[in-house]
Amino acid sequence: MSAEVKRPIESALNVFAYRLVEKEEFFTRGHRACQGCAAALGLRHIFKAVDKDTIVINATGCMEIVSSPYPFTSWALPWLHVAFENAAAVASGVEAAVKALQRKGRLDPSKKIKVIALGGDGGTADIGLQALSGALIRRHNFTYICYDNEAYMNTGVQGSSATPLGASTTTTPAGKVSFGQGYWKKNLAEIAVAHKADYVATACPSYPLDLIRKVKRATEIEGPAYIHMFAVCPTGWGTDPAYSVRLGRLAAETGVFPLYEVDHGKYRLSLDLPQGLRPVTDYLKGQRRFRHLPQEVIDEFQEMVTREYERLKKMERLTQEL
Amino acid sequence: MAKRVGMEVSIAIAEAARQANVDVVSAYPITPQTHIVEHLASLVADGELDAEYITVESEHTAMSACVGAAAAGARVFTSTSSQGLALMHEILYLAPSLRTPVVMALANRALSGPISIWNDHSDVMGQRDTGWISIFANNGQEAYDLTLMAFKIGEHPDVLLPVMVNFDGFILTHVIEPLYMFEDEELEGYLPPFEYKYKLDTDNPMTLGPVGLPDVYTEAKKQQDVAIRNSRKVIDEVLKEFGENFGRKYNPIEHYKSDDADIILLTQGSVTEAAEVAVDALREQGKKVGIVELRLWRPFPFQDLIDALVNAKCVVVLDRCISFGGQAGPVLSEVRSALYHEPKRPMVVGCVAGLGGRDISLENYIEMFEIGENFLKTGKEPEIVKIVGLRE
Ligand SMILES: Cc1ncc(C[n+]2csc(CCOP(=O)(O)OP(=O)(O)O)c2C)c(N)n1
Repeated sequence: MSAEVKRPIESALNVFAYRLVEKEEFFTRGHRACQGCAAALGLRHIFKAVDKDTIVINATGCMEIVSSPYPFTSWALPWLHVAFENAAAVASGVEAAVKALQRKGRLDPSKKIKVIALGGDGGTADIGLQALSGALIRRHNFTYICYDNEAYMNTGVQGSSATPLGASTTTTPAGKVSFGQGYWKKNLAEIAVAHKADYVATACPSYPLDLIRKVKRATEIEGPAYIHMFAVCPTGWGTDPAYSVRLGRLAAETGVFPLYEVDHGKYRLSLDLPQGLRPVTDYLKGQRRFRHLPQEVIDEFQEMVTREYERLKKMERLTQEL
Repeated sequence: MAKRVGMEVSIAIAEAARQANVDVVSAYPITPQTHIVEHLASLVADGELDAEYITVESEHTAMSACVGAAAAGARVFTSTSSQGLALMHEILYLAPSLRTPVVMALANRALSGPISIWNDHSDVMGQRDTGWISIFANNGQEAYDLTLMAFKIGEHPDVLLPVMVNFDGFILTHVIEPLYMFEDEELEGYLPPFEYKYKLDTDNPMTLGPVGLPDVYTEAKKQQDVAIRNSRKVIDEVLKEFGENFGRKYNPIEHYKSDDADIILLTQGSVTEAAEVAVDALREQGKKVGIVELRLWRPFPFQDLIDALVNAKCVVVLDRCISFGGQAGPVLSEVRSALYHEPKRPMVVGCVAGLGGRDISLENYIEMFEIGENFLKTGKEPEIVKIVGLRE
């Protein structure tokens, strides 16, 4: 890896040091997420990166369901859920309203109101992709955060276009003549980059300080930002709930889910991995959804991961001058 | 004073949105609505309207953004037709359930297939039960006036519901009509800025759109139904006040020579004025015929309709939409069932005409009254779906 690139210190700290983060909780306890749900853990960190002047738009999906069973709510921020595929569209309207009302003096113009849209991988990569594309290209000043648990979890673990190669889900089951999901995961971060979003990052709740730093950066810039957050799902993946944070780290260390950011076009990998990538099998093993995988699929998996990581390193070098 | 000007109706509707000083416009092009949103875009581009204009990538997003913007406290406007409305369908339910008073100008157009850009009422009828207040204009002046009133009705703190104003595509949208347009000063104070009690407010955070488990869902729906039924009081007030202030009177049900009529044709939209010509011709022959126009579609004006129809012998309901495999059309089944419990009620028969831009001629309207006459004479309904103007 090129030595000139300075890695953010937060990224190296893969522990949660509560002294280093805001105490105030905006995504509070009492939600009904499963044990070991990394998406819920991630939300807790995400909302430590912002202040109270934040509006949340949540797509239908696990995080919406677990946090808002009327009359209970886990949200200490203004929060709006409309439907499944339109979080980015609703956020466009909210952002436009804030802009117009501040300009017209009906809303305090000195407030820096942050608009955050949340969606699962299905709500983002599949059914909500058009709305996301529209909102990014129109350059609304908002941050879209996809929590990627790699399937439609709320409806019972169906495959999405973010489900990785070989994973067995209820609609891509491994069977006598099938090894599960037959194609590679859609790369949403790169789709956001292609829209010239000002800031794009991948993140993982196993690196809480890195996640918080990235959300801060995304919400502080004026313009569209996209964060793709890895979210281990013990229920859907068949993993030990106690293992979620560890598994998130293995995803990053094996390069299966590389952590990086693209700030105004400039790529930067978040982690220093002087020993290089660990083999993907370190990550795949212990997950029920992968346990049927034949060697040739594992080999293909490894090859895809290595190639993508090499591409990112090249992109980092290429864009240093930007 | 209001000036009488010749103006394309689409432009007048866009001007109404400007005069309402909307904060956010979110819309997508579709014929025959497009001139409305094009005009609004140019008003924003010229600085004549201080609003955010969101050039969305679909009508689904147009409606989603409207709901989001209204939830954030903005006055919002959109306009669509036909396929665009159908694509919004899912989100149309959300605007009333979230109590966001979006105003939509709906240039009524047929639905595919086959694809047709021309006028009928299939689009609005498909959205009957989404929970919107829905009202019909039968000429350009009405479309302009009702668009202004729609904001007043929907944003009223006792209502907080979305409102769609229906007007016939092409027949009205693309016609240059002499219209009384308000000077901006005349509307001073008519629509003060929207103050939304339940907005997304960072000083008073609320959770909007939560999960409704079986223990609350029914009650939430009941509240919504109560809300739209209660909106009738405000609708009446707004129509009355408009008449008193500006001299143009509107009613949930309009009449034309129907008081002593034996046979009444029931209409919606621009066909009303055309059918009046047929009524005059038949009256000259001594026939006691008239028209009742169902202007307010939702909330359904049950009592007004009953009062307007019970003394007739026969009502012929003109539907601009087919209910495949059902009664001729949705308006027929609604009108018939509204009268069902009346001890003295007219016979009710339906016909369909003017689908996908098929012209309805004077002879066609006369034929509709004849359907009523024959029905009265024989007591026998014609075929279930009588299409007037069908090429045999
Ligand atoms: C238009 C529409 N289609 C389907 C659904 C059903 N549905 C609700 S949540 C969901 C899955 C969401 O998956 P994802 O976005 O990955 O989020 P997760 O549940 O994993 O949090 C589906 C399919 C819906 N609510 N709306």
